[in-house]
Amino acid sequence: MLQFIFRRLLIFIPMLLLMSVVAFAIIQAPPGDFLTDYIAQLQATGELADESEVEALRSQYGLDQPLYVQYIKWVWGIVQWDLGLSIEWRRPVVELVNERLAMTIVLGVSTILFTWTLAVPIGILSAVKKYSAIDYFFTILSYLGVGTPNFMIALVVMWFAFSWFDIKVTGLFSEEYISAPWSMGKVVDMLSNLWVPMLILGTDGTARFTRIVRANLLDEMSKPYVETARAKGLPEWKVVLKYPVRIALNPFVSTAGLELPRLISGQLIVATVMSLPTLGPLLLRALLSQDMFMAGSIVLILTTLTLIGVLLSDIVLALMDPRIRIGA
Amino acid sequence: MASQTQSLPIQRPSEEEQIYIASQWKLIWWRFIRHRIAVASSIVVALFYIVALFPEFFSIHDPRAEFASRTFIPPQRIHFFDGLAPQLPYVHGLEGKRNPVNLAMEWQKDETTRHTIQYFVRGYEYKMFGLLTTDIHLFGLGVDTSAAPQPFYPLGTDRMGRDMFSRLMYGTRVSMSIGLVGVALNIFLGSMLGGLSGLRGGMTDAVIQRIIEFVRAIPTIPLWLALSAAVPRDWSIMRVYFAITIIISLIEWTRLAREVRGRFLAMREEDFVLASRLYGTSEIRIVFRHMLPSFLSHIIAATTLAIPGIIIAETSLSFLGLGLREPAISWGVLLFEAQTLQAVAEASWLLIPGVFVLIAVMAFNFMGDGLRDAADPYAART
Repeated sequence: MLQFIFRRLLIFIPMLLLMSVVAFAIIQAPPGDFLTDYIAQLQATGELADESEVEALRSQYGLDQPLYVQYIKWVWGIVQWDLGLSIEWRRPVVELVNERLAMTIVLGVSTILFTWTLAVPIGILSAVKKYSAIDYFFTILSYLGVGTPNFMIALVVMWFAFSWFDIKVTGLFSEEYISAPWSMGKVVDMLSNLWVPMLILGTDGTARFTRIVRANLLDEMSKPYVETARAKGLPEWKVVLKYPVRIALNPFVSTAGLELPRLISGQLIVATVMSLPTLGPLLLRALLSQDMFMAGSIVLILTTLTLIGVLLSDIVLALMDPRIRIGA
Repeated sequence: MASQTQSLPIQRPSEEEQIYIASQWKLIWWRFIRHRIAVASSIVVALFYIVALFPEFFSIHDPRAEFASRTFIPPQRIHFFDGLAPQLPYVHGLEGKRNPVNLAMEWQKDETTRHTIQYFVRGYEYKMFGLLTTDIHLFGLGVDTSAAPQPFYPLGTDRMGRDMFSRLMYGTRVSMSIGLVGVALNIFLGSMLGGLSGLRGGMTDAVIQRIIEFVRAIPTIPLWLALSAAVPRDWSIMRVYFAITIIISLIEWTRLAREVRGRFLAMREEDFVLASRLYGTSEIRIVFRHMLPSFLSHIIAATTLAIPGIIIAETSLSFLGLGLREPAISWGVLLFEAQTLQAVAEASWLLIPGVFVLIAVMAFNFMGDGLRDAADPYAART
């Protein structure tokens, strides 16, 4: 087992490095460097006049050095959790990111848990009651869930809540708690608001997982050992739950790692629509205002999060299925 | 006696025999048309593409013509009955009043006027495929439009007084074609890399598999956003269009690559491939003459299933303001107007493009499912 984890870590580290190159490329991608706009802006308002000041700024951000030096400096900074300065906000990126990062993780983890607790029973029910009214109902629902872009659901839910019940389902906190320090009350308040975005984000994943569970379980249920168990007089619920479900859940764990990138993607748009205090809207703003240092850092954080998630799900899968930890 | 044998009726092969002699594609077709939802979905997809080919013909107004006094008109109801008496479809006239308090336009229907919808009417002039100049549109009211545009807005107007229906028709062209262009790039990247991976095996396979794993671990939307933020703002619509399509395809090709690789791996072990290899057939001929035809149907199915992802990607990017931008028109660009709760609460019909996205995506999904089930006609029916 340890050997397996070690081997996975060996793949994880170069992937992380590659990711950081991609993120750095994003910072470098727009024409000119990220200071060009800022300097132009300062010059236009007359805050900055002569060349020497421009040069001072450039060397402060290390822009007068070759690219690989800039890259190494940037990576070294990130290792020390120093993400540089946001040009737009004129504050360290870390300050802006910290709290939102926690929110992103809370929302992501709770959505995944929600997805699983809903998808497994529905999938089992659909498979056991194959071609019944319930099965068709959930099949249609899951097709709708996969087909609808997340942000559409968010918009429609917001619109319904607003025009029918006159509630605004935006944000994660009630007004009195937005800038309040953390307390029990604030946590409760967050939890009472969290379920709406969780539900919206979860639809697509729940739909997909339900399909997977149903298909896997149907495959298993037609195998002879199930028939044997039934013939030996096991109660039907035990026949289903004890063996086929356990095997059917296996591919489920292996796709859980890939669910994370999707979730982070979906979260970005939904969070923008519902103005949630997660990393997504911050990234969007950074990109729209070409605040590339911030954008690159956030992309790197998000990708690192998913890489860790994939790593964790691989380890869980190896724990569950001995074939994988020995074979791969 | 001889004439008697000649006059025997020619026996058509029985139904069972027909299955034995049918070609692979015929079998696939038979299986596909038994999947009713898939067939219905294919018709829907075909309709979408017809609209995508001739959006000018289907639209009523010039989609870019702004009309300041016609903003935020709610969708007009088309009447088929007058009381209980069936009528030719007609709409009532429009009457706008400014609300003295908040100065917003408030629209009411003018019950006294009645416009019957006419077909193949003259409207604004356009060029079909940039060649044929004409002004025939599928429908309209056929009223005098010299003073103001005809008061016919089946899906309402936006904040600039532009007709949503016509904009949707034009948006269909961009959104549906991005699906096709993107998928073409997907096929190119996916079959090249997947094929290489499956055929060569060994190191090549390992490297390509790691690349695929890497790409799949990236959250797509943040990366798409970051890449499209790098697209210069002063590019022409066409250049942005292709840039966005390429950006989307850069990540989406992995699924197809896996499919192709899996097929090649399975096919390599087949007896008929071994036979032709022993026969001394060149590698290229084996691939294109023997392997490709036997799994082409699977590739087509996988391709169909890749299109909705691309459509949603474009819609999401444009919705966030980082994909296509005005004056381009796509479903995502139209939804950009509905980004805030305020806009949606005031003009809920701005969400209608989302319904189009939903229908198109589901139609492609059902069609792809049907194709996938039919792709292997020799497998046992499930």
